[in-house]
Amino acid sequence: MSKKLGWKELPFGDSIKAGTAEQFETGDWRSLKPIWYADRCIHCMRCWINCPDSSIEVKDGKMTGIDLKHCKGCGICAFECPVKKPGKAITMEAER
Amino acid sequence: MAIIARTGNEAMAEAMRQINPDVVAAYPITPATEVVMIFASFVADGLVSTEYIPVESEHSAMSACVGASAAGGRVMTATSSQGLALMYEILPIASALRLPIIISEVNRALSGPINIHCDHSDTMAARDFGWIQIFSEDAQEAYDNVLQCLKIAEKVKLPAMATTDGFIISHCMSKIETLEDDEVKKFVGEYSPTLPLLDIKEPKTFGLLDLQDYYFEHKMPVVEAMKEAKKVILEVGKEFGEKYGREYGFFEKYRLDDAEVAIVALGSTAGTAKVVVDDLRDKGVKAGLLKLRVFRPFPAEELAEVLAPLKAVAIMDRSDSYNTQGGPLYTEIRSALFDLAKKPKLINYIYGLGGRDIGLEEINSIYTDLASAEKLAAVNYLGVRE
Amino acid sequence: MATLKDLSKKKELLTGGHRACAGCGATIVARQVMLASDKPIVVVAATGCLEVTTTIFPYSAWNVPFLHNAFENAAATLSGVTAAYEALKKKGKIKDDINFVAFGGDGGTYDIGLQSLSGAMERGHNLLYVCYNNQAYMNTGVQRSSATARAAHTTTEPAGKVKPGKDRFPKDLTGIMAAHNIPYVGQSVIGMVNNDLIKKAEKAFSINGPKFLNVFQPCRLGWAYKPEETLELGRLAADTCIWPLYEVVDGVWKLTYKPREKKPVTDFMFKQERFRHLKKPENKHIIDEIQNEVDRRWEELRKRCGDM
Repeated sequence: MSKKLGWKELPFGDSIKAGTAEQFETGDWRSLKPIWYADRCIHCMRCWINCPDSSIEVKDGKMTGIDLKHCKGCGICAFECPVKKPGKAITMEAER
Repeated sequence: MAIIARTGNEAMAEAMRQINPDVVAAYPITPATEVVMIFASFVADGLVSTEYIPVESEHSAMSACVGASAAGGRVMTATSSQGLALMYEILPIASALRLPIIISEVNRALSGPINIHCDHSDTMAARDFGWIQIFSEDAQEAYDNVLQCLKIAEKVKLPAMATTDGFIISHCMSKIETLEDDEVKKFVGEYSPTLPLLDIKEPKTFGLLDLQDYYFEHKMPVVEAMKEAKKVILEVGKEFGEKYGREYGFFEKYRLDDAEVAIVALGSTAGTAKVVVDDLRDKGVKAGLLKLRVFRPFPAEELAEVLAPLKAVAIMDRSDSYNTQGGPLYTEIRSALFDLAKKPKLINYIYGLGGRDIGLEEINSIYTDLASAEKLAAVNYLGVRE
Repeated sequence: MATLKDLSKKKELLTGGHRACAGCGATIVARQVMLASDKPIVVVAATGCLEVTTTIFPYSAWNVPFLHNAFENAAATLSGVTAAYEALKKKGKIKDDINFVAFGGDGGTYDIGLQSLSGAMERGHNLLYVCYNNQAYMNTGVQRSSATARAAHTTTEPAGKVKPGKDRFPKDLTGIMAAHNIPYVGQSVIGMVNNDLIKKAEKAFSINGPKFLNVFQPCRLGWAYKPEETLELGRLAADTCIWPLYEVVDGVWKLTYKPREKKPVTDFMFKQERFRHLKKPENKHIIDEIQNEVDRRWEELRKRCGDM
């Protein structure tokens, strides 16, 4: 949707189909980046349920990764991660 | 068809019963309260299958109408004056969402001072919100206009208000002809919403935030729909005439074709003016009347065409715009005539505010004045004490 | 409650790519409430952060039918939606069972939308109204509301040289809603390890009639704290009893969480810049005043809940 629509091309009324924000990237907001350690992860889903940007990727009840296209790097996932040894399953690192 | 005695409010409520909308959300306000009361009794007696929402304010009435109409229902309400004013915030949202909500509007003066009687200040202040506005001279027209508004609104996907004059029409009993319930059902047809919110299989978002890049674009379809409404209003008015014998257009010309002087008026005043015109015609005065029915969309070209040959025309405004240049009807008609090479002298009368009576004498005096229109001020306040 | 693992198998109903702040609590509230529904869901939102950040045309983060009307009328709007639903269902035009939810911030709920909310609750529509309460008008730049905490700095009741932020304590909206005698009223917060909000939303959805949830929602922008601490601040609000967790089901009041050890209000307050001025020694009496009021309200709530 990089080209701006003219009024004749707009969807009816003041509407748009669901879920189009998926196409909008907010990953470039990040100053910190979450790093996921799959081997430490206990798949408790605490990061997933508390992610404001729906950016914890899950499949069949397990975490599979982080959606960096949308993750804004707030660090909630790392903060909430309950894993202690050998270290949190998610940590935050500075973006390059 | 049945011939019955009804007040304007009863006539509008009857039209609403026959339409049997999915949802009515309404709040009482004088003089429209009766429409709500009568409709509520239809609900209580099982005469309609409508979900009736007795809301806690007109703001919520219009808000609930927007919700119900967006959901995919056929939706109506009724109000007046302060009630309509409380709805103002939501009216342009309804038109932007292209929701064909219908208001049975009973014209009443806006506060302050508080006054429950007729003028058009409530409806006129709602003129720029993308709503179709149709005025009624009497209870018969109120009934016919509610039915037609629904059909027009659903065709062009804009909200519409059918208005009557508070007390003068809303509370006065007159003889009206109603359609059979089945006829109404056939006339308005089954409602099929364009994009219902309740379509859970194809979810959509309605009422988004536009930044500078889209707001302007989102207003244009309303402009286009209003242009379309001009065609549809005529089609529906013609169909109504063919089927039920009462044809409607943008306006009614009363002894206007060979007239030299004329009055343009909205609503019940037109009825009084007709009596004066007949009387003057008997005396040999070439007097005529143009009763404007449709204020939004504004039939500018059509008005210009019929008013052009006249010598002088009095534009009757039952509200003031406080722009110091005349009432809203006057300024719009003046603008409609601006490009004509030969145009009549236009005089504005602001009259009848807060229910101040306008009778045969006052209207007669206007026709008398028009004979020497050059000497008149452009804007005149009729019947006010100094 | 369904386990988080089970919930994670559901379709995501709020996408990423919305424009809420990093660490925003409001979108967490929306996600969790929607996940608690076992039926299709239709959402109405009041004007506010959640609505504005998720629906900038042509991008919508909502994967459910969503309608925004105006600021003060989410409850009235949703009552219209449910009425149309009832009418269309009677006529056989709709067959699905649907849960209806309205989201409004504290501005749209405690203040400008209170009348509309009260009306909808009194009329008994089958809907859930969720207030995401972040204690100020965050969308327009942190202005005070009737939910704003005593002595908090906001841009319309700022902490200045002679006036230390807001004069008044927040009003008890949850109590006002309970006084409507509706079948379910709950007070919750995000961040609880037992997923308090999801449990309450599940319970609310299982009940027919009007339901109200007042959800305390830390806001990193308006409260000024580190973005990763959003849930931690929620937990601290519960542990200090600044925001007790309880529900009122059919008129019966019940605490749903009792902190093992009630923490001092400063544990919650001093993590936030909006209370920074209260660290000055001359403002110590305000801290005492707040602690006393929090204690008084907590004891009163315990009594109502039969906890003493």
